[in-house]
Amino acid sequence: MAKKKTKLGTHKSIAKKPTRRRLSPVSKKKDKDTISKIDTMGKAVVKSSLNQRDPFVDIPLRTVSNMKYNKRKRILEMGSNSQRRNLFNLNQAKKFMQTMLLANGCKDLIEAQKTLSLRGMYYKCLHTIEGTKEKTFNDQSESDPILEDLEVSMHALREELHIFAKKRGTMVGNITIIDNGDEIDCRRMGTGGYSIPSICEPSVIEFKNCEADFVLHVEKDTVWSRFNEDRFWEIHNCILTEGSGQPPRGVRRLLRRLNIELGLPIYCLLDCDPWGHYIYSVIKQGSISLAFESERMAVPDAKFIGIRAEDYERCALKDDVKIDLNERDITRAKQIAGYPWFIDKKPWQREIQHMLRNGFKMEVESLITKDISYVTETYVPERLDARDFLD
Amino acid sequence: MSSLLTAASRKSPRKKKQRTIATAESMASQQRDISVSEFFAKNRHLLGFDNPRKALLTTIKEAVDNALDACEEGGILPNIFVQILQKDETRFKIIVRDNGPGIVKKQIEHIFGKLLYGSKFHQMKMSRGQQGIGISAAGMYGLMTTGKPVLIISKPSKRKPAHEMRIKMDTSKNRAEVVSDDEHKEDDKLFPQGHGTQVEIELEGKYLKGRQSIDEYLELTAIANPHADITYVTPGNETRHFKRTVDELPDEPLEIKPHPKGIELGTLIQMLERTTEKQLAGFLRNDFCRVGPTKARDIASAAGLTGNSWIKTIDHNDAEKLYKAIQEIRINPPPTDCLVPIGSKAMLAGLLRGVKAEFYTAATRPPAVYRGNPFQIEVGIAYGGEIQGEDAARVIRFANRVPLLYQQSSCCSFKGALEASWKNYGLSQPRGSLPQGPLVIMIHMASVWVPFTSESKEAIADYDEIRKEMKLALQECGRKLGTYLRRRKRMLRESERRTIFERYIGEVAKACEDITGSDAKRIYYALLKQAKRRTAQADQQLDDEGKVIDEVASLARDEHVVIVASAAPEINEEDDTLFGKEPQSVAKKRKVTKKKKKTARKRTGKRK
Repeated sequence: MAKKKTKLGTHKSIAKKPTRRRLSPVSKKKDKDTISKIDTMGKAVVKSSLNQRDPFVDIPLRTVSNMKYNKRKRILEMGSNSQRRNLFNLNQAKKFMQTMLLANGCKDLIEAQKTLSLRGMYYKCLHTIEGTKEKTFNDQSESDPILEDLEVSMHALREELHIFAKKRGTMVGNITIIDNGDEIDCRRMGTGGYSIPSICEPSVIEFKNCEADFVLHVEKDTVWSRFNEDRFWEIHNCILTEGSGQPPRGVRRLLRRLNIELGLPIYCLLDCDPWGHYIYSVIKQGSISLAFESERMAVPDAKFIGIRAEDYERCALKDDVKIDLNERDITRAKQIAGYPWFIDKKPWQREIQHMLRNGFKMEVESLITKDISYVTETYVPERLDARDFLD
Repeated sequence: MSSLLTAASRKSPRKKKQRTIATAESMASQQRDISVSEFFAKNRHLLGFDNPRKALLTTIKEAVDNALDACEEGGILPNIFVQILQKDETRFKIIVRDNGPGIVKKQIEHIFGKLLYGSKFHQMKMSRGQQGIGISAAGMYGLMTTGKPVLIISKPSKRKPAHEMRIKMDTSKNRAEVVSDDEHKEDDKLFPQGHGTQVEIELEGKYLKGRQSIDEYLELTAIANPHADITYVTPGNETRHFKRTVDELPDEPLEIKPHPKGIELGTLIQMLERTTEKQLAGFLRNDFCRVGPTKARDIASAAGLTGNSWIKTIDHNDAEKLYKAIQEIRINPPPTDCLVPIGSKAMLAGLLRGVKAEFYTAATRPPAVYRGNPFQIEVGIAYGGEIQGEDAARVIRFANRVPLLYQQSSCCSFKGALEASWKNYGLSQPRGSLPQGPLVIMIHMASVWVPFTSESKEAIADYDEIRKEMKLALQECGRKLGTYLRRRKRMLRESERRTIFERYIGEVAKACEDITGSDAKRIYYALLKQAKRRTAQADQQLDDEGKVIDEVASLARDEHVVIVASAAPEINEEDDTLFGKEPQSVAKKRKVTKKKKKTARKRTGKRK
């Protein structure tokens, strides 16, 4: 050990000072707003405590029943139903305590002008309750939903609370962006691509110099790698993104901004199964649990290019690519077909019916059985040329 | 078979020839009386002397039963002294002394030396002994196994000296043989009250502790006889004292005449032969209970006779007709005031003395009748406390205050306990077996004639009427237990609620201070106050739920229920497992439960 230390010492690795402070994800004014919101909540609790009333926090419900589809805006919106969380209720006492702890943690973060991941936040508020052996949280799964509760109950976005989720998703294409002051040329990202941060607010990411004509969003990084290796984005002058399954907030926020701010159409290449259909629905309308953020994340103009149920015959695929629909898939497909934002769309109803009639699902990778680059060289270009989309 | 026979005949061919052909005369020379004592000497298992262990227990049991009966008949609160001396590995000497009225000198040899001699067999009266076999059989067993006579010291009166008798039994003649007959000098030590009897029997036996032991028998006797004071010196020379807890003698049981429906044809014929009455109507009216002039006439005419028929002229045929007539005619059930139950209060006192539990209840059924015999069922239940809780409940059975230790599963009371639906009362009960939990079930049957399954008086015969009464009494107790258990559960839930709130309040107060800058302590105490108020309110709401609270309150007011709050370590145990793994919190909780117990005791008011 001692030897190693001296060796290291010769390198003279002196800690450098960061050249620039990380920018706050939101403006100072927003931070002030958020702090005052937390303060208001705290004061209400203190007031009712001192007045011998049961302290409470009202939390809007994040359930299907409290969801509304706004036909005009074509996005999912949250209803007005909320649930009251009381301290003096056996089932809610602990959750109430956790809500207060996390609210306090967020306040600390904002004041320190730093951000933490969901897991980081869990650790920040984790300690043993005095006089017992009980921890404030049993695991992260207890703190995550409460942070979401805080977001909705204070109408503050996650970024405004200085919290981010684990980042997922990659981008490459004909665009240059400025991320926290660093200029990033997405044309020169090698095989790995630019990893999309979880906070994609304008204060962090600015667009500069975009030549692309459209955005192609694919479901998984494996497919994305295929497209990147074939330089699809160069050939077709586009941006290529990937969301590792259901896209995280960062990816969805970025897609919306590309669509709204730069006017780029968004095309989605997803599996032909209920899961793929739901991913499309989330990108387009917003998700049920984050409906309160649809307005910032949904891309109502997104289009679905494949894989289509008819592709089995159209592309003359082999039997081997069929994956049987199981009981759950069938129920889920019927459920999706019944969503108000799908029910009026005949092409979608036909598509789902077709898949159910087929009795099997197909992944994007199934096209590889035709040829390694069939999907990039034939399938997607053909669909784009034919403007054969589902809306 | 045949080859065996031929082989035998080849070996002793002459034997076959020697076969004696019995004639009526030669047989007659061998035919003679079998004395009862001889019969029982050969069949001693019928009386409970199957093995050395049981023999020792039966001897003690018979002696103690006799002692208690004697004291009660004499109107004396019993002081019983029992001692077992171990002479060598298998030989014991037992001494049982009472402060009863004593025995007249000339009766001693009959009582202790003759089987089937006693005062109780011909009476229809509730008593421990019935046939007059017990103590003389014990003495006989002792004589057979050790050759030592029974020693009896008895002092019938203060003024007269005690007499000391050694008695041997002549089994062939069913008569006693007096070995020695002296005056006992130092009788004041033995009988400080000036009267009493002491029996000493030496016998082969085996002393073991545990279930079905002498220790258990005396413990149970103490439970069923809280008015008795029992001192017991074990073979290990330890003294155990069961103190008297009720200073009142039970009422004297009344003698009743047999009920017509309770007798069999043979008995009827016997009664006809023995009666001093001359005419049928008189016989029916005076030798039976519940038969008046009208009933007597009805029975006589139904049998084709008249009330004026002479008893002498009634032959077997007429007796049979009479028997049939009795079965057909409606006769009022026998009087039941002849029964003396232990009583709920005394049962509770007995259970409190013998079982360390937290909840006790007892129920006495109104008297009922089986086969013309009045009987009464009593049940007591003890729950929790120091009773072992993992296995099935323990059933302790009594008949006329005598504990029954053997043949539990063939006893009517056991079947009654199985039939009650304990699940309704908050206990688990596997199919076809006893309920599980820290529970002792006491079942007592009082009757002028307890139907035992055998002469050794180990189990009560299974009559539907008896089992039904037992079930009803058990259910009455079970309901009260259920109410208590529900309340206990609720109390537990309330303390749980309080601790949960108290636990999180501190954290909430701290977070509030950090967010708003208000003083955490102030918030903490405000919230704590609210928590206490709210849980108290919740208690009240639960109590105010109409029926529930009424039940609980009536349970507390019920004089057939005793709740010993301090003897409930179990609540704490459950507390430990439910919440506090950490010592500090446990200490906190104990305080809470104690507080609650105090209030509970206030509410129940009674602690006996």
